[in-house]
Amino acid sequence: MNAPLVAVSAISRSYSMRSGMFGRAAAVHAVDGVSLTIPRGETLGLVGESGSGKSTTGRIVLGLEPPDHGEVRFDGKPMAAPGTATWRAQRARMQMIFQDPLGALDRRLPVGTQIREPLDIHGLGTPGEREERVRELLRDVELTPAHGARYPGALSGGQRQRIVLAQALATKPDFLVCDEPVSALDVSIQAQVVNLLCDLQAQLSLTLLFISHDLRVVRQISNVVAVMYLGRIVEIGLADDLFAQPEHPYTQALVSASPAPGRRSAGRIVLAGDPPNPAARPNGCAFHPRCPRAIARCAQEVPVLSAVGGNRQVACHLVTGAATRDAA
Amino acid sequence: MQPLVSIADLRVAFNGVPVLRGVDIALQKGEALGLVGESGSGKSVTWLAALGLLPRQAKVAGSVLLDGRQILGAPAAELDQVRGGRIAMIFQDPASALNPVLTIRRQLSEALALHRDLSGETVKAEARRLLDLVGIPDAARRLSAYPHEFSGGQVQRIMIAMALAGNPDLLIADEPTTALDATIQAQILELLSSIRREMGMAMVLISHDLGVVAENCDRVAVMYAGRIVEQAPSHQLFADPVHPYAQGLIGALPPLDGPRRRLTAIPGTVPDPAHMPAGCAFAPRCALAEEPCGLAAPTLVPIANERSVACVRAEASRRALLRIAAE
Repeated sequence: MNAPLVAVSAISRSYSMRSGMFGRAAAVHAVDGVSLTIPRGETLGLVGESGSGKSTTGRIVLGLEPPDHGEVRFDGKPMAAPGTATWRAQRARMQMIFQDPLGALDRRLPVGTQIREPLDIHGLGTPGEREERVRELLRDVELTPAHGARYPGALSGGQRQRIVLAQALATKPDFLVCDEPVSALDVSIQAQVVNLLCDLQAQLSLTLLFISHDLRVVRQISNVVAVMYLGRIVEIGLADDLFAQPEHPYTQALVSASPAPGRRSAGRIVLAGDPPNPAARPNGCAFHPRCPRAIARCAQEVPVLSAVGGNRQVACHLVTGAATRDAA
Repeated sequence: MQPLVSIADLRVAFNGVPVLRGVDIALQKGEALGLVGESGSGKSVTWLAALGLLPRQAKVAGSVLLDGRQILGAPAAELDQVRGGRIAMIFQDPASALNPVLTIRRQLSEALALHRDLSGETVKAEARRLLDLVGIPDAARRLSAYPHEFSGGQVQRIMIAMALAGNPDLLIADEPTTALDATIQAQILELLSSIRREMGMAMVLISHDLGVVAENCDRVAVMYAGRIVEQAPSHQLFADPVHPYAQGLIGALPPLDGPRRRLTAIPGTVPDPAHMPAGCAFAPRCALAEEPCGLAAPTLVPIANERSVACVRAEASRRALLRIAAE
């Protein structure tokens, strides 16, 4: 049986934020009751706009911050308390890569030294073995050992992202959280890095949580995709299926907003208004003020994520109809 | 018909390093032209140079005609009439283009006073009309707000309103939606096209996103390392790209529907402007490169009506594509 490597159940996280120096503190629900499971060796894509809580979800899954409610289980065990020996052992098996490789690298150290750092921290292998491992990692990300002697400033954007990837893979993790890993790269370089990620995933049987606003890239790499809006998952389903037939009005708008060469913008769904402020979440369905199909019930009742056949789950009164009334 | 803007053999060098190596563009009245290419390909520099907006150490050569008049190296007084008046520009980061300590009304009025000689009540009315036009709700009240009180998408709308203040004949939109979320990007692009249609304005849309350009422009020019390598009507370019670089760019884009395929990544990286390869700049990354590619830089040659490509292997490249399509 393929037990999920990562199981997230109903995690929530809110921050308190003041508006202005003397303003009253208000709670911002960055993540609100998110549940996910990622089977071993598979990729879960997380899409959404800025402020949807996708990065916060990634940070909680990785144990970089504790959830207020809910639980993250890694390989069947709950995440250990930060700072303990168990936590360190768990953290060596999970790594993260970010959008901005230059921000993640130290400009004053050769990149080879930086790739070795996690090995030093977790005390893996003898110094000789560590050097060998660095050379192996550089080959894995399709660079040469000569690149290891360079400084981040002397590498291109795509090469830097490869170094960050090598660094993340140093401890042979099982699980990788990628937060917008290719968003800052040019299209042709982006394709190189996406292909590399797919290859490495297959070779090392990695499990990935892939966070991005770019639907195309997410579809390319994910098995299952979850769409987030204002801290909640509004739709989740198999990648190909979800983008071919989005059910939630928000997913439909996102897919329709994704520009495609060879298609004119006729028939595009253009949403009115801005993404709402997470500090002032609308009542009922958070999407209803922008939803072209909203009905009265949407403003009152929060829709629950429910199965609508196949592998799809949707949180929308219009799609799930009466089914949610029982669940709620 | 005389083009609105015609750029010929435009060259720019920074500290002796050439970054723009001979660009020719002819833009008709009311036309929407897309410029695509990767960072450093010269998309933005082309228009910054044409409008005299580059720092003094940049060496600019060539010719830029606006309605037949040379504007390259024109005196400042004449350029001030062109910039913001005849040709307006909006940028990727709208927040940094607005003054954070002045109200929107002050900033819009300034543009209106400069380019339209309006004053008093007419300025106020016109400022309000512009905000209405770009879809800012409650325009009358929002005029006295400061830039930080608007969301990212709204700030970009305000930038568009300011660009429209001078009733320009040409709007240059440099990555206008790159910093915005997908649903907001769709709003802004929709706004730009509807304004362009209403005002009969020409537009140059600079973007690294092929999809954005394809959907919003009549014609597309693909730039690589300071040159235009292919020019075509947008639907033709995406259906049948000829230059190997244009093919590579399109192949590198993951599909949103249909079967998943491995992305055809272009190997290597863009050449360093200080160490350009001899001949075709794309040759070191090109699968079809042969000996003649390294000898001389290919020039743009017409291959069909309204289409031109700068590649000596254009025929072979086209055949290769047909073979892939057949498989």
